[in-house]
Amino acid sequence: MEKFEKLKSTITPLNIENIDTDQIIPARFLKAVSRDGFGENLFRDWRYRSDGNLNNDFILNSNSKNSKILLAGRNFGCGSSREHAAWAIHDYGFRVVISSFFADIFKNNALNNGLLVFELDENLIQKIFKKISNESNIQFETDLNEQKFYSLDGSIDEKFQINDYNKTCLLKGYDNVDYLLSIKEKILKFENETGR
Amino acid sequence: MGKTLFDKVWEEHVVDSIPNGPSILYIDKHLIHEVTSPQAFDGINSREINVFRPDRTIATADHNVPTENQHLPIKEELSRKQVEKLTANCKEHNIKLYGLGHKYQGIVHVIGPELGLTQPGMTIVCGDSHTSTHGAFGSIAFGIGTSEVEMVLSTQCILQNKPKTMRIEINGELNSGVYSKDIILYIISKISASGGTGYFVEYAGSAIEKLSMESRMTICNMSIEMGARGGMIAPDEITYKYLKDKEFAPKGIELDKKIKYWNTLRSDADANYDKVLKFDAEDIQPMITYGTNPGMGIKIDEEIPSSAINSSKHSFEKSLRYMGINSGDKLKNKKIDYVFIGSCTNSRIEDLRTAADIIKGKTKSPHVNAWVIPGSKSVERAAINEGLDKVFVDAGFDFRQPGCSACLAMNEDKIPKGKYCLSTSNRNFEGRQGPGSRTFLASPATAALSAISGHVSDVRDYL
Repeated sequence: MEKFEKLKSTITPLNIENIDTDQIIPARFLKAVSRDGFGENLFRDWRYRSDGNLNNDFILNSNSKNSKILLAGRNFGCGSSREHAAWAIHDYGFRVVISSFFADIFKNNALNNGLLVFELDENLIQKIFKKISNESNIQFETDLNEQKFYSLDGSIDEKFQINDYNKTCLLKGYDNVDYLLSIKEKILKFENETGR
Repeated sequence: MGKTLFDKVWEEHVVDSIPNGPSILYIDKHLIHEVTSPQAFDGINSREINVFRPDRTIATADHNVPTENQHLPIKEELSRKQVEKLTANCKEHNIKLYGLGHKYQGIVHVIGPELGLTQPGMTIVCGDSHTSTHGAFGSIAFGIGTSEVEMVLSTQCILQNKPKTMRIEINGELNSGVYSKDIILYIISKISASGGTGYFVEYAGSAIEKLSMESRMTICNMSIEMGARGGMIAPDEITYKYLKDKEFAPKGIELDKKIKYWNTLRSDADANYDKVLKFDAEDIQPMITYGTNPGMGIKIDEEIPSSAINSSKHSFEKSLRYMGINSGDKLKNKKIDYVFIGSCTNSRIEDLRTAADIIKGKTKSPHVNAWVIPGSKSVERAAINEGLDKVFVDAGFDFRQPGCSACLAMNEDKIPKGKYCLSTSNRNFEGRQGPGSRTFLASPATAALSAISGHVSDVRDYL
């Protein structure tokens, strides 16, 4: 897994609640058998009009392609468990997703793929939406080790929560399967003791 | 202090816990399908390891399979390749596959229970959010991502943070015309599409206890639609009776022994939940959704509201615009274009019987396309044995072959742009049933009656 320590970037704002994984990547694009290339169809039906032309009103088409932080409304990633949603966001180039509230499965999927997701207070998120609607070029820094998220102009400075295990995995680029394989003896013992 | 049903099953499966981190949870049963497993097998192969416990994983092809001419090769190339990949992976790793053409093939959450693979007290996972369905048997069952599928294939364990627990009680007598689909749509409309996030739900109360296993599955199935990781119901005599003759369920003395254990799987009277909600069964009426998430539901004869909980004005209005409806309108009597009876929520034999009862001797409205997609080969066979297929066909419905079909439109079964579909599935998201499609979710009874009338109809007017 790719390591994550610090990241400086502008924000891509998506002030919509309950963005489900069908919007992030529609089911008809889930037919690939590898993990690559899903970014091309990220938010497909919002990025393109039904006639196939680009929807220039949609933020991904009007915002800087270099932005690596996605800021979204509450209950982001609800619905289907498809990990393709996390792959698509990562493949497109985002490395951080912030919302006031994430769906559980999406959150796990993101963290399992080196995509840092964390919650901030809804009022603060609305304040950031407002701020960047006036100044879209403002830079923000995410510092995982310090668990800090702040704007370089100093107007926003917040701590965020992440559990120690996920934090370590992201900082070191550790892989969950490697971890589980390393405790195989414990698993065998559990199977024996519980008669499985 | 006592323990909840969830706590009891969870604790039985914790191999180890990481301080200030997740638990390592042992998985009894792992179900896989063609869409969310290929990358997990790639992971196993690139690590050059074997599947740790191949006998604990069962595979089927359901998400993108066609629902017509299943004996022919799949026409759509990418779908065919995905199904072929599943077949190859299962063969290479000695995993039992109920693929196309197999007598047990079907939607993964329909076949698990009907084959007796799903049993009380188990931990069950699948790369599909509707795995919560299996909780109807008193198991901890939930959807996982592909990285987690790889964890299970390689070690039979996953890393999971223990969720909070919520008890939802429905007490009293259900009104006539109210089905389990209405119960769950009602609950979600009360607490929103995110009201259960972070929780594992236990459904209880006198109205739940009386439900059949099929009806319980419909309720647990949609737990994820309020954000809950899963939902479960304590096993009882109804559960044991359902399991008794199922292919892979324990038999004879083995079953008696299991039942003794299963009888311990109920929440203690002094168990502590993080949240408790209680509803009156009498307050529940036939339900329908009007918006673009399952929390946007109303009683079928109500007016479309002007706001919904946990939804901003902007998001709410965006949703109504997409659906082409207005606050203050009624959905009742609204013309519909498609009816879809199917999906892991409502494609079991009980659902088909309910629909057939209403349809029998009638003909569908000429402007409606009506599809019945049985949940599995077993359901299909049962329907044919009971003559239900004839009822559907005589009424002008398409009675097709098993698969997820128009629930998520990965195969050819798509609702065209702008068209209205009254669907027994679980999600009314934008474009879920095809780009630009508009979905109203309701019970199989409502769907069947509406197909006949051609517009959204209230089952209570028919009874």
